[in-house]
Amino acid sequence: MSTLLEMSGVSVSFDGFKAINNLSFQIGEPELRAIIGPNGAGKTTFMDIITGKTKPDEGRVLWGDKGTSLLGRSESQIARAGIGRKFQKPTVFEAQTVRENIAMALKNSRGPFDVLFYRKTAEGAARIEAVAKEVGLTEELPRPAGELSHGKKQWLEIGMLLAQDPRLLLVDEPAAGMTPAEREHTTDLLKRMAETRAVVVVEHDMEFVRRLNCKVTVLHEGSVLAEGSLDHVTANQDVIDVYLGR
Amino acid sequence: MKPGFLSQNPSVLWFLAALGLFTLGVTVLAEATGTGALSTSFVKTLGKTLCLCLIAIAMDVVWGYCGILSLGHFAFFGIGGYAIGMWLMYARTEAIVSESMAAAVIPPTDQEVIDAIGTQIFGVVGSSEFPVIWAFSDSLFLQLLMVVLIPGLLALVFGWLAFRSRVTGVYLSILTQAMTLALSLYLFQNDSGLRGNNGLSGLQNIPGFEDTPQSMISIAFFWASALALGLGYLLFAFVTSGKMGSVIRGIRDDEARVRFLGYHVESYKLFVFTLTAVIAGIAGALYYPQAGIINPAEIAPIASIYLAVWVAIGGRGRLYGAVIGAAFVSLLSSWFTGGGAPNVNLGVYTIQWTDWWLVLLGLSFVAVTLFAPKGIGGLFDAIAVRRTPERVGDYGPDKGALRQEEGTE
Repeated sequence: MSTLLEMSGVSVSFDGFKAINNLSFQIGEPELRAIIGPNGAGKTTFMDIITGKTKPDEGRVLWGDKGTSLLGRSESQIARAGIGRKFQKPTVFEAQTVRENIAMALKNSRGPFDVLFYRKTAEGAARIEAVAKEVGLTEELPRPAGELSHGKKQWLEIGMLLAQDPRLLLVDEPAAGMTPAEREHTTDLLKRMAETRAVVVVEHDMEFVRRLNCKVTVLHEGSVLAEGSLDHVTANQDVIDVYLGR
Repeated sequence: MKPGFLSQNPSVLWFLAALGLFTLGVTVLAEATGTGALSTSFVKTLGKTLCLCLIAIAMDVVWGYCGILSLGHFAFFGIGGYAIGMWLMYARTEAIVSESMAAAVIPPTDQEVIDAIGTQIFGVVGSSEFPVIWAFSDSLFLQLLMVVLIPGLLALVFGWLAFRSRVTGVYLSILTQAMTLALSLYLFQNDSGLRGNNGLSGLQNIPGFEDTPQSMISIAFFWASALALGLGYLLFAFVTSGKMGSVIRGIRDDEARVRFLGYHVESYKLFVFTLTAVIAGIAGALYYPQAGIINPAEIAPIASIYLAVWVAIGGRGRLYGAVIGAAFVSLLSSWFTGGGAPNVNLGVYTIQWTDWWLVLLGLSFVAVTLFAPKGIGGLFDAIAVRRTPERVGDYGPDKGALRQEEGTE
């Protein structure tokens, strides 16, 4: 397992409030990692920094085998470098069909003229079918994404990430609002994806994290409070104070 | 274009067929080519309407598909008109001036001819010098090039600056409106080099066709406008179908998501903005020779707002909706403001439509926005044949029902 992403000494503040405070973090490939933390711990800002939405005030974010910096690159460049992101609220293109949604995410040239003269190919279609099968949406392919249930929208979004074929996946609260059966399916999906790539799951729900059965990083007030197995971190006195003390 | 493009977009064929029939009908009824049931001025009105339809589909692509509410596309339309107008005015004045000077005892030098043309054109603003921007006005080819290049370049630079700083939504609309206002105020100045508020006139006289009657010229421009509309429709249908259409509709609905999929959203917006500006310029270059005159008032922001109203009433996000909206509202508008509609006498007050038409238009805009957000084009959804669902099972529970394999034939 080699290091895929490394953040060191990263800080960012909004109007004097330190959202991220001297945060250091690294993840290898392949690896599954859960990030937990109370509200306001900086989980979303952490993802914003990696994906280029927020520029940190200081620190380094290094990516890939060569350790190139991600700072100063645009969101779309970072996405093309191989970082996919799933938002907390399912964001799919509701006016378009499931097939169109996945097709848009397929790993292909992203320039306007490449896209304008893009021709549908048999491999592309096969890839869409494969992704749909993986997330269990084969029958929904011709339906508008807006018609899907909440859980299926979440899977569609995960499917779009799969189609992007990223090396690192950032997943924000994938199980929110899901039925127990849907949660189980989602856990399996994430675990399977983590067999070949790095997956970071931000989650509130301890039960869900336990089922992921992976290394856990606890964030608190913008920095790492504890790291290790779930049992290890839940036994940590600081973590207990943060979670139960207030 | 990929095979099956037309079969995947049946509305394109329907539209082209309707446009073809309409063109044929007008040709048969026009003075120059048919029975003469339609007056030359009405043929011109119809030709102008086709140009407005063309800019309306451009507006629909930029607003209805890509979500950029541009209030500046009529500026590009006007620039196209000015670019062709400069050549039309120059060439026609040159012909008149050379003719009158040829009678002189001493043949005039080239410089004398040019000075005389300058006096003719710019006398009205108290000048006789040719401004720098008229440098190419003697060349039809270069001016035609400018019809495309100037709106294109302006849109490219403006769009690059605006999209790069992530200006979106209503702020972008205000910026485009400011650009339009600045341009029209500049053109209103006498020393702008484009004859101030006099604008360019006499554009209906096409140099080289002095002996051709206007009835013939009007139908020729009508054909050209119909052809441009047909080609423009095909082009935009191509752009908005397939994966490109998918991406630009995605940008309209959730820009950030498209960005995180790895698409450089700004490039796509710039592409759409520039392409539609170029088409708007071409539409303007076809419109103003039919109108005969162009002045800075045509570029004023209100024109671009009308454009948005047409597209909204016709139905955003479908090309034929924009065409219907532009044709319907602009023809209705000329009927009302041209005194076609009878005044309504209420006893205490007489509603004169020339004054009240704008109120009616405003009310119908509000009504469409509130009660029929899909516009007139939405009516087609009600009568359109529903697409048959993709069957995944047998056609019925009964043993005698068609099996899935039979249904695919």
